[in-house]
Amino acid sequence: MNVHEYQAKELLAQYGISVPRGGLATTPEEARAVAESLPGPVWVVKAQIHAGGRGKGGGVKVVKSAAEAVEAAKRILGMTLVTHQTGPAGKLVRRVWIEQGTEIARELYLAVVLDRGAERLAVMASPAGGMDIEEVAAKTPEKIFTTHVEQGRFLWPFQARKLLFGCGLNPKQVGAGVALVQKLVLMAHEKDATLVEINPLALTAEGNLVALDGKINFDDSALKRHPEIAALDDPEETDALERQAVDMGLNYIRLSGNVGTMVNGAGLAMATMDVIKQAGAEPANFLDVGGGASEEMVTKGFEVILSDPNVKAILINIFGGILRCDTLAAGVVAAARKVNLAVPLVVRLEGTNVEEGRRILGESKLAFEVAGSMGEAAAKIAQVVGGAK
Amino acid sequence: MSILVDNDSRVVVQGLTGKEGMFHAEQMMAYGTKVVAGVTPGKGGQECLGLPVFNTVSEAVIATRANTSLIFVPAAMAADAACEASAAGIKVVVVISEHIPVMDMVRAKAFLKERGTHMIGPNCPGIISPGQCKVGIMPGYIHRQGSVGVISRSGTLTYEVVDQLTKAGLGQSTCIGIGGDPIIGLHFVDLLKMFAEDKDTEAVCLIGEIGGDAEEKAASYIKTSRYPKPVFGFVAGLTAPPGKRMGHAGAIISGSKGRASDKIAAMEAAGMHVVKELGKFGQQVARVIAG
Repeated sequence: MNVHEYQAKELLAQYGISVPRGGLATTPEEARAVAESLPGPVWVVKAQIHAGGRGKGGGVKVVKSAAEAVEAAKRILGMTLVTHQTGPAGKLVRRVWIEQGTEIARELYLAVVLDRGAERLAVMASPAGGMDIEEVAAKTPEKIFTTHVEQGRFLWPFQARKLLFGCGLNPKQVGAGVALVQKLVLMAHEKDATLVEINPLALTAEGNLVALDGKINFDDSALKRHPEIAALDDPEETDALERQAVDMGLNYIRLSGNVGTMVNGAGLAMATMDVIKQAGAEPANFLDVGGGASEEMVTKGFEVILSDPNVKAILINIFGGILRCDTLAAGVVAAARKVNLAVPLVVRLEGTNVEEGRRILGESKLAFEVAGSMGEAAAKIAQVVGGAK
Repeated sequence: MSILVDNDSRVVVQGLTGKEGMFHAEQMMAYGTKVVAGVTPGKGGQECLGLPVFNTVSEAVIATRANTSLIFVPAAMAADAACEASAAGIKVVVVISEHIPVMDMVRAKAFLKERGTHMIGPNCPGIISPGQCKVGIMPGYIHRQGSVGVISRSGTLTYEVVDQLTKAGLGQSTCIGIGGDPIIGLHFVDLLKMFAEDKDTEAVCLIGEIGGDAEEKAASYIKTSRYPKPVFGFVAGLTAPPGKRMGHAGAIISGSKGRASDKIAAMEAAGMHVVKELGKFGQQVARVIAG
């Protein structure tokens, strides 16, 4: 789960990490009130969406008066911000965060991140703050310093010192920085965060370290034990259909094509999307109805897929394992009747009792096309939507 | 022959008395697996499917000489269950449970590593050595005893591949679903090493997906070790968009990392046989093996 910058900053502040004073606004008038409540002479108005690259997209504005803050809020609120992380459709801005400007001497990068390869948390720091860290890693890897958190939540001070001296801080700043890094590691552990990123971390003119931005990813599997974090979820940031699917207990990701897919198992679902593309058509979604797809889940799956107006045909690919194909076929038939399926459907069944399953589909008098293999299924569906190679 | 589980495996099911645990334990016994005990804290002394149920794994190990554990307990308790099995001296721990907090696994993995326990999963279908022993939730009947090793990050996609192999006349030595989570027990490389030493495994299939760099590491190992057996590779998720978790917690392209195209390129560079059309997996393996 991701949170907004303003929520991340509130959490950082709870852990004793300095952040600029600021407030949230959903209207230009609120923006004025926030700006007037903060000492100037400079304020920053920032769009709050779950995506990076907001500055380049016009979602961040430095202003020099409350009146300018109102103008900036007017422009940013309600805009659809397109950045390299939003996809071409962009994201609607519903809130802006207005904060006191910071006099920046230098910008650093600091993050605690789950390192899958090392199977522990890593702390990364770089003197090249405020930039896309992937780009820094690719072009100037010598500017990135990394250390790993040993067993438990412990980080030796020397590990943090090494990073901070590497970033060119002076001994006094390093002292403050060590405490900051340790707070960040503690926070990642306590809140089950897989990423806590401060980019940029400003070294101010007075020599303080201040988090000018914050990005946190929380482990979805751990949200149950952090109700205070789960409450930060902004459902508006998720595609409406995906949200509906989550409520139904389905794994659904919306894509831009027109072939709806319903598959049991995530790996097979991805592979099914891939064969559709190979056959010359485009998948409209990823949908995993679970390894043991039931009639109920298939019905829900149809409902979600058909809520996408782009869908012109549906491919169902089920490998019946312990759940038998005849049970599944009966489920698909019942579900298709229930939802009055009006788009062409290609069904590919394999696994336990497959003959019986195919017979049930064949005798259902529904306009199913039954395919024997994945390749055949994809070719048939591509033909239906007119994209066949 | 096979790796990790065989006729000598004696399985304790942690969470046997739950609905899923009981169902799959019964399926495993029907397959011929030696399931010897169940563990459910608080239900010690009871009987389930004719098996003794214990409060702790240690008691189960002492009473039944169990050496393999299968874990079906709810996600919040699963890491703890894996550590309990390891502390009790279990050699192979198979974790089926899904949605385990990732930091729990970071701690559990370190705990198991210290004790030399092999963990499979979590969030996986388990492991099967066809004709000998099935420790997991996969449909047993699609498998056939033979000499192809299968290692996969997925569940039903593995069944698809195994089914094709069997239909192409190729049996399997051992098939392992290593799990779809960011932190897992045994990786591709660990299992490739075991298959290299298993004299009855003639070829290995690696079924990968987007996210992480397990496929790249496997490819690099195959190249640098001059792996002695043919390895076939497949990667799911060429059409997956970046930044989205595709069902499995670990299946996500982060920035430019974890893309299917990079994994396929690494496999090709390592001289692996990359399968591009999933529907022809079995045929392609059969053709190469036949020479």
